[in-house]
Amino acid sequence: MSNFQIKENTEIYDAIVVGSGAGGGMSAYILAHAGLKVLMLEAGPFYDPAKDSLQLRWPWESPRRGASTTRPFGDFDAAYGGWDIEGEPYSTVAGTEFSWFRARMLGGRTNHWGRISLRMGPDDFQPKDGLTEAWPFGYEEVKPYYDRVDRMIGIYGTVEGIHNEPDGIFMKPPKPRLNELYIARGARKAGVPVIPGRGAVLTESSEAIKGRGTCFYCGQCGRACKVYGDFSSSSCLVIPAMKTGNLKVIDNAMVREVLTNDEGLAIGVSYVNTKDLQEYAVKGKTVILGASACESARIMLNSKSKAHPAGVGNSAGIVGKYLHDSTGASLGGFLPQLMDRKRFNEDGVGSVHIYSPWWGDHKKLSFPRGYHIEYGGGLRMPSYGSMNWVPQVNDYQKSGEGNKRKGGYGEALKQDYRSFYGANVGMAGRGTAIARLDNYCEIDPNKVDKYGIPVLRFHYKWASEEVAQAKHMQETFQSIMHEMGAVITSKIPGADTSYGLEAPGKIIHEGGTTRMGNNAKTSALNKWGQAHDCANLYVVDAGPFVQQGDKNLTWTILALSMRTAEYILQEKKKLNS
Amino acid sequence: MNRRESLRALGLMAAGTGLFASACNSKDTKGTASLSENSGERLPGIQDFEYERTSSLYKETFFTEHELATITVLADIIIPKDAQSPAASEAGVPAFIEFIVKDLPDYKTPMRGGLKWLDIQSNKQFKKPFKDCPNEQQIKLVEAIAYPDEVAPGMEQGAAFFTLMRDLTASGYYTSEVGIKDLAYAGNRPGNWTGVPADILKEHGFDPINFMG
Repeated sequence: MSNFQIKENTEIYDAIVVGSGAGGGMSAYILAHAGLKVLMLEAGPFYDPAKDSLQLRWPWESPRRGASTTRPFGDFDAAYGGWDIEGEPYSTVAGTEFSWFRARMLGGRTNHWGRISLRMGPDDFQPKDGLTEAWPFGYEEVKPYYDRVDRMIGIYGTVEGIHNEPDGIFMKPPKPRLNELYIARGARKAGVPVIPGRGAVLTESSEAIKGRGTCFYCGQCGRACKVYGDFSSSSCLVIPAMKTGNLKVIDNAMVREVLTNDEGLAIGVSYVNTKDLQEYAVKGKTVILGASACESARIMLNSKSKAHPAGVGNSAGIVGKYLHDSTGASLGGFLPQLMDRKRFNEDGVGSVHIYSPWWGDHKKLSFPRGYHIEYGGGLRMPSYGSMNWVPQVNDYQKSGEGNKRKGGYGEALKQDYRSFYGANVGMAGRGTAIARLDNYCEIDPNKVDKYGIPVLRFHYKWASEEVAQAKHMQETFQSIMHEMGAVITSKIPGADTSYGLEAPGKIIHEGGTTRMGNNAKTSALNKWGQAHDCANLYVVDAGPFVQQGDKNLTWTILALSMRTAEYILQEKKKLNS
Repeated sequence: MNRRESLRALGLMAAGTGLFASACNSKDTKGTASLSENSGERLPGIQDFEYERTSSLYKETFFTEHELATITVLADIIIPKDAQSPAASEAGVPAFIEFIVKDLPDYKTPMRGGLKWLDIQSNKQFKKPFKDCPNEQQIKLVEAIAYPDEVAPGMEQGAAFFTLMRDLTASGYYTSEVGIKDLAYAGNRPGNWTGVPADILKEHGFDPINFMG
């Protein structure tokens, strides 16, 4: 066909929001409720958990029984996409590694995330370790927004009064499972605190939260909730915002670049429809990027013009730099005390019932900051591969006598599967990785994706601090396992594998690529998430994070996106008055 | 919305009674008739590429009749019928293995080659393919490859194959309706989690009064 046309929409929106996850969803929600005309572009398809979730399905309803062939967390999980997407490649500089997770769907990764909802604390915003950098504000600035997110979205937990683990406005937490009680007891003996979990799941009904159901304890938050009993941006932000009549959502819209005028101000964005491959341009007075830390950086770096020769927002060359994902390491085992256990429905909630907030004493440690521990195990719904560990450990004998052997077959093996089922325990650390100038993503000069959009190239290496943290995790895990009387079944990772430290990107907490700051020479955005060099361009995902704590990012993304959206409203008011 | 209203929204409040139990016996578990095989129905939220991929895998055949018969014999040796539940073949395990090696094609060669290895061994020892041997001879061969820490030299490849075969059998069995019933998994239904039952807490030495036992 000879006609290559870019279809231009003449309507000028008050705001265009790119991405529909936690950041994009919250901004769109606030602005649409304030009466602004908002257009949201989502690269993936529309997704409504009420209709599209695979909640309460049995494993035999899929021929692959939950195997992760087409979805990285199994084929009942809600995430469309993953670390590798056909036609959407990325590259890494030799000798470095990064795995880039992308959920292409309305609501993004919030449809399947762990709902673990932790506030960053005073020492996370204003670190005292001398190594990691401070944010342009402190916890007190963000606290009112966290409070509002708690009330608006709903979160369970307990008031603990821990200095750097700020309390919120909590619903009642779910009680621990049996294995979790053993963990709590063992951890206490090992000197590691365990407190009730903090999760974005409605364990109570609330006057302030309308149109959402209360949790009925199926433990399947990862599949997204049909009654909206947990937080997904799709169900709790975007779909309600659409109901105001002020938000229009275009799905399957992959944004190429932010369009700017001669003065360097944003005038809209261009995108390609991923279904029919037609090109479009839409106009807006404000452009808000919430495409995810690396995707927003990619869009900005690809938005080159006379006014922004290095990409919009990138006058200081900071966009893409300071990329950091959480550290992660784990260890598995089983509790002989739970062999042949009585059966009962232990599904609970799909988020964590308990966790260990960071407790360490830095006078004795070789790394700054710290990590928290999340725990697993219990009488979970069987899935593809979930019994494979049994023939690897079934030489274990409770009585300590006899000559049981690993492996086997027949009635004895069948009895072992029954006996070990539900006795497994796992623990995983999630810690602070240092945001560094030399860990970054940039545009690969030689490669485009199937839409012709230049792709990202990653350059990321762990340093001694992250490895030391993983080593500390493994020592802690072993001591908890020992104190609770568990048998460790994982091979204990040593220095040769950096103590089981996961590759960067694997924990899916990446941020920092469009960092905030007061100095336009060392940051891409000001403290409101507004580009230093483009006054009507904002970023609301985890890109603006100066430095993460060990806390999962979502609650902070929500609080900061709310703060940025209200700043946008104030600025508009100033212009109009 | 309270929990009762949540369930109504889920469509599980039908006659108003026995609602917690009804969810797991609901009519949408079409797999029941064939015990474990998915009917090919398109589930909600399945992306086009996933549906097309699955549909086309269903149309392919990978294992020969001989191979599938051998898989069936092996699966039933690994998970036989006992007083509590049926054998692997009755839970649809061979059909699951046929699907999963097409879905995860890295398993194709280890499975095909492993089955061949088994027949070669069987021919050497008993002058017959594995599936045609009497049960004592089949068990004799399985004994030699079922315990990965005690494998005689020359039998290691057979042990690696048997480990894969055992894992696929367990995956197929314990994700089938009879397998899940055998494990007595009690969840995947709406309810109200109020913690570990008090009698079980006491049995394990925890105090029901304390949140953390």
